[in-house]
Amino acid sequence: MNKPSPRPLPASIAATVDLLAEAEYLADRSLGTVLFLALKMGRPIFLEGEAGVGKTEIAKVLSSTLGRRLIRLQCYEGLDVAAAVYEWNYAAQMIAIRVAEAEGEHDRARLEHDVFSERFLIKRPLLQALEPDTAGPPVLLIDEIDRTDEAFEAFLLEVLGDFQITIPEMGTVKAAHPPIVVITSNRTREVHDALKRRCLYHWVGYPTAERELAIVGAKVPGVSKKLTEQVVAFVQALRKQDLFKSPGVAETLDWAGALSELDVVALDPATVSDTLGVLLKYQDDIARLEGGKVKELLDEVKSELRAAE
Amino acid sequence: MAEVQPADQQGRLAENILYFARALRAAGIPVGPGAVLDALEAVKAAGVGTRDDFYWTLHAVFVKRHEHSILFDQAFRIFFRRRGYVDQLLAMMLPQTPGVPQAPQAGATRIHEALFSGLDDKLKKEREIELDARMTVSDREVLQHKDFAQMTSAEIAAAKAAIKRLVLPLAEIRTRRLKPHPRGHLIDIRRTLRASMKGGGDFIDLRFIGPKTKPPPLVALLDISGSMSQYSRIFLHFLHDLTDARKRVATFLFGTRLTNVTRALRERDPDEALAGCSAAVPDWSGGTRIASSLRNFNKLWARRVLSQGAVVLLITDGLERDADDTLAFEIDRLHRSCRRLVWLNPLLRFDGFEARARGIKTMLPYVDEFRPIHNLESMAELVAALQHGGGRAGDPKAWMQKVA
Repeated sequence: MNKPSPRPLPASIAATVDLLAEAEYLADRSLGTVLFLALKMGRPIFLEGEAGVGKTEIAKVLSSTLGRRLIRLQCYEGLDVAAAVYEWNYAAQMIAIRVAEAEGEHDRARLEHDVFSERFLIKRPLLQALEPDTAGPPVLLIDEIDRTDEAFEAFLLEVLGDFQITIPEMGTVKAAHPPIVVITSNRTREVHDALKRRCLYHWVGYPTAERELAIVGAKVPGVSKKLTEQVVAFVQALRKQDLFKSPGVAETLDWAGALSELDVVALDPATVSDTLGVLLKYQDDIARLEGGKVKELLDEVKSELRAAE
Repeated sequence: MAEVQPADQQGRLAENILYFARALRAAGIPVGPGAVLDALEAVKAAGVGTRDDFYWTLHAVFVKRHEHSILFDQAFRIFFRRRGYVDQLLAMMLPQTPGVPQAPQAGATRIHEALFSGLDDKLKKEREIELDARMTVSDREVLQHKDFAQMTSAEIAAAKAAIKRLVLPLAEIRTRRLKPHPRGHLIDIRRTLRASMKGGGDFIDLRFIGPKTKPPPLVALLDISGSMSQYSRIFLHFLHDLTDARKRVATFLFGTRLTNVTRALRERDPDEALAGCSAAVPDWSGGTRIASSLRNFNKLWARRVLSQGAVVLLITDGLERDADDTLAFEIDRLHRSCRRLVWLNPLLRFDGFEARARGIKTMLPYVDEFRPIHNLESMAELVAALQHGGGRAGDPKAWMQKVA
């Protein structure tokens, strides 16, 4: 990826939507509004939605179009301060103590002050995000926050509310310019209201057929218009079915890519059945579509497309 | 595009947002005073251009949960009914006779109640007529609420004591976190270093960390159908105390439909909590649709509450009239998405119970533990039945063999 030069923040909602569109992220007006507000008001943005609707992508696109550094914190169970915020470089501290000893330094206060200084601090994503950057404040992506536990959420309150972190041995580190914070959640558990209160909330839903068409067109070039239309219409029809997990935009893109790799020009029931694993990830859902259901859906989709022409 | 408003119009806008926030609050969306300030700031930042932008600006600030979107949408529509600009907004608050009633939409009744409860009587009457019309459309099932007897303090104390003694199956699970531990398996370098600092660094006094355990999330699915009605009070009281004592407890009630009452049970006072549950649930003591309730749970909630190794406590008598493949399918899915599925069955009045009913037979193969309870009368008995005895006491296979 080429390194884009830093750019000022967009000045209006329309400019925000255009900015995202530059990186082929086609956002609707509501997402544009929330993003614009988040940038303008300097508030974290909390994106919730099903897997594969492009939540993480927003942070990546923001960082690339604004030319800011992207700092990513992937959450997982057991994530602790040492992995997310900072850690002391213990080996270096030990050596420093031994050296001090060899030099005959026995002033405890002085030693402690020396050993717990910034020199021995290993900065992890959250602390890095508070540091000044020449390109402007970085984009901090806290991905899948629902995977970590409540204890860590509570820790984030200080970071997100005041953009500062307290290190007991050193004091408080405060960001001169707050980073652009994007938090995503798949909603595998409820995130506490105290955290949400500090953020602007947006539910990222499945796109409309029109927008999905544009997304596939932009992201998977080289697929014929006809096939794209069929793919999108089929996926949209699939989302109306009673499935355990509906396919997201990521699946649509994967599928369009897979079909173009297979040199398919138009959908037929056999091809759809063979490649259904790209769209649906639960055996129950795949089983539900077996036995003529695919053909039925496909016929419906095709007749609708014909009617629209 | 009206980017800048004159001062008095901004004042009205602020007032309107304040009223709107109040209406949202009354409709059940938690909107704090901080959110109102945020909304004002946001509207100023965005510059009220089109109605859509205004909508999404307020949405971004006021809505913090996906399920509140629909309430917000209704409230916005009714509150800012007329298309127009900021100076017209205040007029919307004035009493006006409504236009042609439209088909009722989800959440509309609540919003109506929230918005128009403070207006004068005459208008109220008109509104009521409209509300009545709405009710006839939506209420097809026979629904009823339930009154619970108030708790006596002795009852509450006994329950608290019983809960304290309760050790559920899988009481503690190991987390991936570590905590200071005298005989831990890893050296806690940070504490070690700090400790040795005290002596000027001459001695290195080793400190250890070991695994941290905590109770897994508990999800209770409680049957409140007619056949279970005599037990619902004791179970709800039990779940309330459990919610109080442990951190992650989610409670769902089901009869013909599924209701999440976790928030209601967080209320400190047991009477208030039970009243809250009663108010939230429209289908007390009706029929049972276990399969469709489980299906709803699997589809809408399983992925949201069953993460991090949850234990599911299914409390039902298993008397499903139409036990078919869907029941087996749904209970199988539930079983596969949680760490442990414990079925507590209070129907068995006498010891000679045999799992004859079809619903029971269908569900038994899919549960990890089966805990029958006879003559449930006190919390102590309930706790004793749930107590993790170890061995094969709760093994569903033993019950299966009895039938075969």
